[in-house]
Amino acid sequence: MSEVKKIATRESYGNALIELGKEHENLVVLDADLAAATKTGMFKKVFPERHIDCGIAECNMVGIAAGLATTGMVPFASTFAMFAAGRAFEQIRNSVGYPHLNVKIGATHAGISVGEDGATHQCNEDIALMRTIPGMTIINPSDDVEAKAAVRAAYELDGPVYLRFGRLAVPVINDNDDYKFEIGKGVVLRQGKDVTIVATGLCVSSALEAADMLAEDGIEAKVINIHTIKPIDADLLVEAAKETGKVVTVEEHSVIGGLGGAVCEVLSEKYPVPVKRIGVNDVYGESGPAVKLIEKYGLDGKGVYASVKEFVK
Amino acid sequence: MNKLELQKVANEVRKGIITGVHAAKAGHPGGSLSAADLFTYLYFEEMNVDPKNPQDPDRDRFVLSKGHTAPGLYAALANKGYFPVEDLLTLRHIGSHLQGHPCMQHTPGLDMSSGSLGQGISAAVGMALSAKLREKSYRVYTLLGDGEIQEGQVWEAAMFAGARHLDNLVVIVDNNGLQIDGKVEDVCSPYPIDKKFEAFNFHVINVADGNDFDQLDAAFKEAREVKGMPVAIIMKTVKGKGVSFMENQASWHGTAPNDEQYAVAMEDLKKVEEALCQK
Repeated sequence: MSEVKKIATRESYGNALIELGKEHENLVVLDADLAAATKTGMFKKVFPERHIDCGIAECNMVGIAAGLATTGMVPFASTFAMFAAGRAFEQIRNSVGYPHLNVKIGATHAGISVGEDGATHQCNEDIALMRTIPGMTIINPSDDVEAKAAVRAAYELDGPVYLRFGRLAVPVINDNDDYKFEIGKGVVLRQGKDVTIVATGLCVSSALEAADMLAEDGIEAKVINIHTIKPIDADLLVEAAKETGKVVTVEEHSVIGGLGGAVCEVLSEKYPVPVKRIGVNDVYGESGPAVKLIEKYGLDGKGVYASVKEFVK
Repeated sequence: MNKLELQKVANEVRKGIITGVHAAKAGHPGGSLSAADLFTYLYFEEMNVDPKNPQDPDRDRFVLSKGHTAPGLYAALANKGYFPVEDLLTLRHIGSHLQGHPCMQHTPGLDMSSGSLGQGISAAVGMALSAKLREKSYRVYTLLGDGEIQEGQVWEAAMFAGARHLDNLVVIVDNNGLQIDGKVEDVCSPYPIDKKFEAFNFHVINVADGNDFDQLDAAFKEAREVKGMPVAIIMKTVKGKGVSFMENQASWHGTAPNDEQYAVAMEDLKKVEEALCQK
């Protein structure tokens, strides 16, 4: 594990946009004065004429994206998760979701791993907000490989997609040759009979680390990566609940309404089992180095290990 | 279309508004009536559109940013031939394609869903931007209420349109002077509207009477000549125009006429029709 390659998924977003931009002339990228941070600046260097900086006006940016989409262009509207899902929620709901327009929201800097900027910029509510919009697809990739695949899949899907990316460089965990990305399909990364850890985003690598530690204690954890939070892979979750009888969810998001909420909704209706939600516990974040914050909020491998151990004992 | 023909169509549009809102027992007649002449002018004179080919990629676009006045737009679309005029009777009914606010997936001829104020103009800007990016020659029109421009997003969109020199965009403000809670200047004054748009790098055209086709015609002809800037047409209108008891009454912003009031309104419009037929 010592020499694991680490890449922030926002970087993957920038790279994927360039690749797709070469293939598709109707792809256009919008930003709201954060091109250096969201990494759409990388796209701008290659395709300056197809990169539209809307200035610091996210609500208008989303509306412009909607207008572009009505004419057959495929806009990727990019800003921090806080200002996309948060500030522009109603624009996404009414101007994009309601008419089911082909707009992609590229939301970077999601969750507490924003780090030093602190709570105002750490969006732990975006998945919950976006889940309430009918017809919205929500993808929260776990690493570079998955993020690039997700951007491509989002382009190919006709309809609104919310893509969630992070600021922090995270381990590349999906660089196996047989990796396949399919919207709405969870990925079983590890088999186990005692408990299922369902994770999303950067918490997938934490879940894998935790599973290693649990194994040393004789606890066999099944690990599932849910990159698509909506539509969620209900069949896979039910199957895992049947196999292991206990489920833990792990996300860099509020425990309210995100992956944990979605998993509970599925299992409570289809196959009730005890569920433990690990995430941000209905509090605001704070300033600090991202890695330290992930530790403090119990979302690193050790934190997940401790919570799961307590839950299964 | 000549002025008399436009006036006749506008009167039919007004009948459609009253008929629809009465049948729905809800809706927004005041702002639909103030903009009835504008809807008529756009769809019967100004815009390059074809009801037989509503999805033509090269068509001109219209976004009703003040989406609550959908009854006026629906009546214009129906009279233009996008769907039967009888459909107006289904306005706001369950299962109708004529939703309370415009829904582009359901109504033929609608270019954008709208209704949450301040959002339509951004979509119109996106359509105009798309034409510039792809070197298309279509034009984009959007209608805002004078109360609507209290929404901050309107000015985000205006700033962008001005900065990007979107001269294929025409923003029309229906300055009927009234919003739900009263006079616009009493609620939260948007004045001066023209100077605001000028400051956002628009070419501004003031229309003293937006219910007069000669003045509308002059304004839109001027707008076509403008290069390098978006155009704002600020048109003074009468809220409730054409229905005697609704004119200049804020209370008719969002209220449907009862059967008695409906009869009076239709009588008003019938008289106008008769007068126009004598000409």
